[in-house]
Amino acid sequence: MNKATEAKAMRVGEAGQWGENIRSDTHVWVEPRERGLVDIVLESRVKPYYGDAILAQARQVLSVLKVEHAQVVIHDEGALPFVISARIEAAAKRAGFGEGLKALPERVVLPEAPPRDRLRRSRLYLPGSEPKYFINAALHGPDAVILDLEDSVHAAEKDAARILVRNALRAVDFGPCERMVRINQLPLGLDDLEEVIPESPDLILISKVERPEPVLEVTQRIEQIKTKHKLDRDIWLIPILESALGIENAYKIASASPQVVALTIGLEDYTADLGVPKTALGTESLFARQRLVNAARAAGVQANDSVYGDIGDLEGLRVWGLNSRAMGFEGMGCVHPLQIPVIHEAFAPTKAEIERALKIVAAFNEAQQKGLAVVSLGSKMIDPPVVERALKLISRAQSMGLVAGNT
Amino acid sequence: MIQKVELALNAAGRMVPAMVNGRPQIPYIGVGKYQPRARKAASPVRTAAGYPENGDKRVADLETALRKCGLRDGMVISSHHHLRDGDSVALMALETAARMGLKDLMWFPSASFPSQKDAINLLESGTIHHIEGSMNGPLGDYCTQGKMRGMGVLRSHGGRWQAIQDGEVHIDIAVVAAPTADSFGNADGSHGKSACGSLGFAVADSIYADQVIVVTDNLAPFPCIPSQIQGNNVDYVVQVDSIGDPTKIVSGTTEITRSPDRLRIAEFVARFLRDSGIMRNGFSFQAGSGGIALAFVEYLKNMMIEAGVKARFVRGGSTKYLVELLEKGLTDYILDGQTFDLDAVRSIANDPRHVATSPFTSYNYHGKGNFASMVDAVVLGATEVDVNFNGNVVTHSDGRLLHGIGGWQNCLAAGCTILAVPSFRDRIPVIVDEVTTLTGPGELIDVVVTERGIAINPRRQDLVDVVKGSRLPIRPIQDIKAEVERICGGKPAKPTLSERPVAVVKWVDGTLLDTVWQVA
Repeated sequence: MNKATEAKAMRVGEAGQWGENIRSDTHVWVEPRERGLVDIVLESRVKPYYGDAILAQARQVLSVLKVEHAQVVIHDEGALPFVISARIEAAAKRAGFGEGLKALPERVVLPEAPPRDRLRRSRLYLPGSEPKYFINAALHGPDAVILDLEDSVHAAEKDAARILVRNALRAVDFGPCERMVRINQLPLGLDDLEEVIPESPDLILISKVERPEPVLEVTQRIEQIKTKHKLDRDIWLIPILESALGIENAYKIASASPQVVALTIGLEDYTADLGVPKTALGTESLFARQRLVNAARAAGVQANDSVYGDIGDLEGLRVWGLNSRAMGFEGMGCVHPLQIPVIHEAFAPTKAEIERALKIVAAFNEAQQKGLAVVSLGSKMIDPPVVERALKLISRAQSMGLVAGNT
Repeated sequence: MIQKVELALNAAGRMVPAMVNGRPQIPYIGVGKYQPRARKAASPVRTAAGYPENGDKRVADLETALRKCGLRDGMVISSHHHLRDGDSVALMALETAARMGLKDLMWFPSASFPSQKDAINLLESGTIHHIEGSMNGPLGDYCTQGKMRGMGVLRSHGGRWQAIQDGEVHIDIAVVAAPTADSFGNADGSHGKSACGSLGFAVADSIYADQVIVVTDNLAPFPCIPSQIQGNNVDYVVQVDSIGDPTKIVSGTTEITRSPDRLRIAEFVARFLRDSGIMRNGFSFQAGSGGIALAFVEYLKNMMIEAGVKARFVRGGSTKYLVELLEKGLTDYILDGQTFDLDAVRSIANDPRHVATSPFTSYNYHGKGNFASMVDAVVLGATEVDVNFNGNVVTHSDGRLLHGIGGWQNCLAAGCTILAVPSFRDRIPVIVDEVTTLTGPGELIDVVVTERGIAINPRRQDLVDVVKGSRLPIRPIQDIKAEVERICGGKPAKPTLSERPVAVVKWVDGTLLDTVWQVA
């Protein structure tokens, strides 16, 4: 036995969480050994029901990762199978096994790829290392879920979260939600891409973007990975601007890649960059947010607002959302499912707006039929941009289910 | 200890013991089928000559009272859970009996609580022979591990009244904890430092027990007004410093869950009540105390305000949320079975429209009707529900005792019984092929509401029809079950249970509905 294998044999790998207050997660401890094959000790709060299934799954995952001799201890707190696989894989890799190998869970049917201009009113952040939130996220009806690898994941947990998020993209049915992943600032974010892109996320959020180059780099890397895995569906991008410089470069960033579908802003970091406190009214970020809206429109992409952090204050959220819509944003991030209906209501066109738009469009259609160049509603002349805005509003109201049929 | 137990198959397809704690049993034969032909039990005739003319029945302490009651080995001592986890009177009585050297008592609580886990020591030492009443936590484990000498008997609140009244259980000595009492024994729960609201659970014992001891930490001069326990039924009054821990008797506030999954279930429940037309002027409903039950009341409240609808009465487990309905004029009355928080205790003490009830008026199946069947809708929880809508509330899926039955079985008589449950907990499916322990027959369970959709019992075609065309996510129960099994990675394995019964589940009529087996 040489020194290198001896050192390897000493390395214990652990991943996941367990304890009285942990739910739906698993802790795995893998100790490589010289001989004796794989010995698994399992403790689980669901042992009477799934003990045998967990042991069988563990053996299967370890065999895929080519773990031949190891002591494995699993403390399971009722984790779902895709989580158990991810935790075993992370622990085994930390113990030096399975480089370049993946133990992939069974895949649910991949939903259709979303169009670039789909409705993005609400995007629900899910911490990438907290699997308990994944399974029911879609039930609460956000337009998108974000599996987050960035700020909600501790630096030491990035590798494990990546595997967990990858498995979730394969095994969790997110229903009609757009499946987004927020990657870390480059270069760490490039490693995130390697793990998640083969599972066809619909969209990648790139954090802390200040210049167009990282957007280009991400676009190219995604293309490379897609080519390697023979994938051809679109993967959209949303750069997150979180600094004064990022705001200054907003237009260039938005037009850096044809895959960019929206810009968004991270207000915690932005206000920190300015050195001012973040307030409930957001006066300090008015310029940045309005600048972002303008740049996004100029580049032909959507503008999406930040998150509203106080989950106890739904009224504050509603007011923020109404202002946000008035500024030209089309949606917000959310950190709790209770925020979703409030945001959807705030970003919905009002009844009066819809009625007026319908009247304008009807008048326009009537004028077209009669071959009139001038459209009028009552005694008022209607200019072409007003008609265009009305059409946009109705189409948006239709996508929210507020108006029936197509115009 | 190990003896061959003769078993019989009941009408629900469950094996139940022929004898329990020396008494022959009747297997369950179906809902509404069993017709008892007997007269009610009664306590012995007493004369006023045996009691002080000045009405002062106080004795020095609990030991004196128990001695005067003639406590002997093998007797039945009852206690009640209106002080919930804060009660110290039941253990005080049992530990006093232990000090007096008594053996083989049967403890007959209306429910036991985790803070009473020290009763295990008394079971071990032989003071208590066995417990007939709900057991959970450490006591539940003790029983399901087969360590108790007798068999546990689980009854609903109504079933407990029925068992006492029908003479199935003869109480030798009832010990009633009273937040307020006078020296004659009139007692009430709505005032005093240990105020708990209704004392309803103790009423049957005060009528049918041979001897009744009232223990209070708040002695009022005669007359104690109002009073729920009549002094005319009471033998002795004992004054103590404290009958319990007020912080555990009522919760300061009962907060609504913030779990989005549970709120989603609660919202579905409220929408179902609205869209099915059950929510209409003059309707009634009952809500339990769990997180989902509290939250559904909040959703329903807003829908009632929006629709301009008012209830005639609501039943509970009362909390500030029901009190709010009363105070906002959204219900005429609260008919209260148990009082959970400070707002509810304040309300029952001050508002004549907030009325304390007992299991006799609310739940007793062997009476001339009861309130439970007059309630339009009830919202309950469950550990498991199966594809035939049978429910389990008493054991975990692995067969260990978890909850008492409480009023759950009795409430199934409501016009529309709704079980509001998550479709799985952690990885454990709640919607299953067959419940581990049958607590409620599926023919009485009408709707199962989960975060993944609402299943209506096909026996209730009327409900199926009335919500057709609504936006409610109605799905077959098998469909929800299949989805849950997909998520959880297949069907759960069946627990390994022994063939030794450790407890039985009574139906509301006293027949045996199912058996709890020793966990292997």
